[in-house]
Amino acid sequence: MSTIASATTKTSNSYLTDGTTIRSWLLTTDHKRIALLYLGSITLFFFVGGIAAALIRFNLIAPQGMIGSAETYNRLFTMHGVVMVWFFLIPAVPVTLGNFLVPLMLGARDLAFPKLNLISWYLYILAGVAALYSLIAGGVDTGWTFYTPLATAYSKGHVVATVVAIFIAGFSSIATGLNFIISIHSLRAPGMTWYKMPVFLWSLYATSVILVLATPVLAMTLVLLAFERIFHIGVFDPTVGGDPLLFQHLFWFYSHPAVYVMILPGFGVISEIVPAFSNKRLFGYKFVVWSSISIAVIGFLVWGHHMFVAGASLYSALVFSILSFMVAVPSAIKVFNWIGTMHGGSVRFDAPMLYALGFIGLFTIGGLTGLFVAALAADVHLTQTYFVVAHFHYVMVGGMVSAFFAGLHFWWPKITGRLYPEIWGRVGAVIIFFGFNLTFFPQFLLGYLGMPRRYHSYPPEFQVLNVLSSAGATILAVGYLLPLAYMTWSLFYGKRASDNPWSATGLEWRTESPPPTENFEVTPAVTAPPYDYPLRDVEQRHV
Amino acid sequence: MSEVSSTQEFQYSSPRHQAETAISGMWLFLATEMLFFGPLFLAWIYSRHWNQQGFDAGARQTEVIVGTVNTVVLVTSSLIYSMGVTFIEGGGTRRLIQCCIGAWLLGLMFLLLKFGIEWRHDFERRLFPGSDFAIDGPLRDGARLFFVFYFLGTAVHGLHMLVGLILVGWIILRARRNEFSSSYYTPVIAVGLYWSFVDMVWIILYPLIYLVGRGA
Repeated sequence: MSTIASATTKTSNSYLTDGTTIRSWLLTTDHKRIALLYLGSITLFFFVGGIAAALIRFNLIAPQGMIGSAETYNRLFTMHGVVMVWFFLIPAVPVTLGNFLVPLMLGARDLAFPKLNLISWYLYILAGVAALYSLIAGGVDTGWTFYTPLATAYSKGHVVATVVAIFIAGFSSIATGLNFIISIHSLRAPGMTWYKMPVFLWSLYATSVILVLATPVLAMTLVLLAFERIFHIGVFDPTVGGDPLLFQHLFWFYSHPAVYVMILPGFGVISEIVPAFSNKRLFGYKFVVWSSISIAVIGFLVWGHHMFVAGASLYSALVFSILSFMVAVPSAIKVFNWIGTMHGGSVRFDAPMLYALGFIGLFTIGGLTGLFVAALAADVHLTQTYFVVAHFHYVMVGGMVSAFFAGLHFWWPKITGRLYPEIWGRVGAVIIFFGFNLTFFPQFLLGYLGMPRRYHSYPPEFQVLNVLSSAGATILAVGYLLPLAYMTWSLFYGKRASDNPWSATGLEWRTESPPPTENFEVTPAVTAPPYDYPLRDVEQRHV
Repeated sequence: MSEVSSTQEFQYSSPRHQAETAISGMWLFLATEMLFFGPLFLAWIYSRHWNQQGFDAGARQTEVIVGTVNTVVLVTSSLIYSMGVTFIEGGGTRRLIQCCIGAWLLGLMFLLLKFGIEWRHDFERRLFPGSDFAIDGPLRDGARLFFVFYFLGTAVHGLHMLVGLILVGWIILRARRNEFSSSYYTPVIAVGLYWSFVDMVWIILYPLIYLVGRGA
């Protein structure tokens, strides 16, 4: 701590240049540097998972399958799921943008527990090494859900190594969530009341509640799973009086809320960007805030909708179906409020806004198709088909990955002190949008027509739509490589950014780009409401 | 979060601010721990519901005397530690150290009784739910399932005890270096919360292992 304390005396030092040794990065407790460590790590895993996705799409070009055996294919989609869920989507926005921005938005100098923050990164890396080990050793073939008894008795893959990786990654998530909750409670700047906080902080708060309360359940579930796999006796084994459905209950008690971990931070990002690029105050601030919280709460009560066809009683299925429909209400509130924000605003179509608009459209499709699968009768037809795959990719990839890119472009000048090339940013956003739709829209049709997910081969009549989807995937790959290229380029050759290149509100824009190690020379005092942009709606002008 | 240095870290406005933050962090951590143990207890009770007689047959094989003694030992350990917290509030570092050593030794005693004696007996009597499990007949499956929970539950609890012993030991070392006073003892409270939590887990494990179904 003493090194950082002494740094406060030389105020003008950017956090990027305050110490240049590798040691000063690997042992840093500065939330901004940890965010960058995380950014590098999750980018690596994004491309590992992306390569698996590319191979999946390559395989499905021909009805009989293009590569290897069904076994290989099973291992590919499992690795794609495991890596993307636990090593990209769940950490993505919280550990990078969240780590960087939570203290800045609060007007604080760091998170509440900086050392814990660093530990969480090391846990993530340890987990990542375990995951890569199981990948290199041959992978695992159970799907990311590890259903029993497949995962405990029949799978020939490296289940235990993968489970250990996820177990450790879980504690990394818990550490981050705990840090955010306590920081938001404890470190708000003078005048920063709860209702003056940016929505990004509220949505990370909701996210963190889920991380902290749901992840430990997964941890114990995985312990039970690993025990059964290792000792060949366990609680999910029906031959000794156990219950395989118990695994599904416990797994989805975590994994459904975790789905909202993968989207709530995205809501937060979009809620920052839409007002900034409409130059207008966020419409219905309190509704947006409380819709995040209610999604987090309702999210804990809907896990049973993953088990409609697993033998749930009609009564419990009905209850879970109704509760699942209820999630649509707060989600729709958000979408309408973003549109309400743009209405009457002075909208600029810079790259972050293009990504944000893509998010709104794609998330809406993803959300509405969620209602199809929440409906009992429709789900019997659609479950385990490509319709489900398309649905959650519209939310996870069309939604969350777009939001991640939106946020990355929006705060890139603050993070690096450089501007990304705007024209390439817009080109990238458009390519990703069209590539995405070409990849995943055909999958809705495939699923509706009855193509099951997780199969290595398929009947020839599905080939046209599959080829379209695979063609879209190549466009999508270009779309994702493009930001990697021009953002790396901008690190060295990009134009220097001003402190507030978007004329945005929020405390993070009130300090330098890139910020000094201690974030603010003087702790800022907050008097204005959030999103204090010049334009506002009629009723807001009167209050 | 228990690693709060005795000097004020730069993101806090005052030592009091820092102390309150650290303690609330510990409480939240304990909430995550509850949700870690929760599924174990849930699965335990759920599985017992479907295999009641088998579970009871398993429970009758457990060593209730060792378990009861251990319960007394562990609760006493927490009591002594809490007395230490009271002493340091008044600035009594020497008393704090004595209490912590007492609590530490009782914790060690628990582990020795549990794993040195009880587990050894269990293994000798072939109660580990492997292929040469001792109980035969129609209740075999249920009893094996009971011992899956028994070994998993006590192992996970034992690991928490081990972490607790390390933490209490760390408090002893820091107290010996005179780092605590009546104005700064946040880590003592944080570790105390954890140590009591480990108790709470045992208080639930104790009836699940030794009492439920014993008289059946």
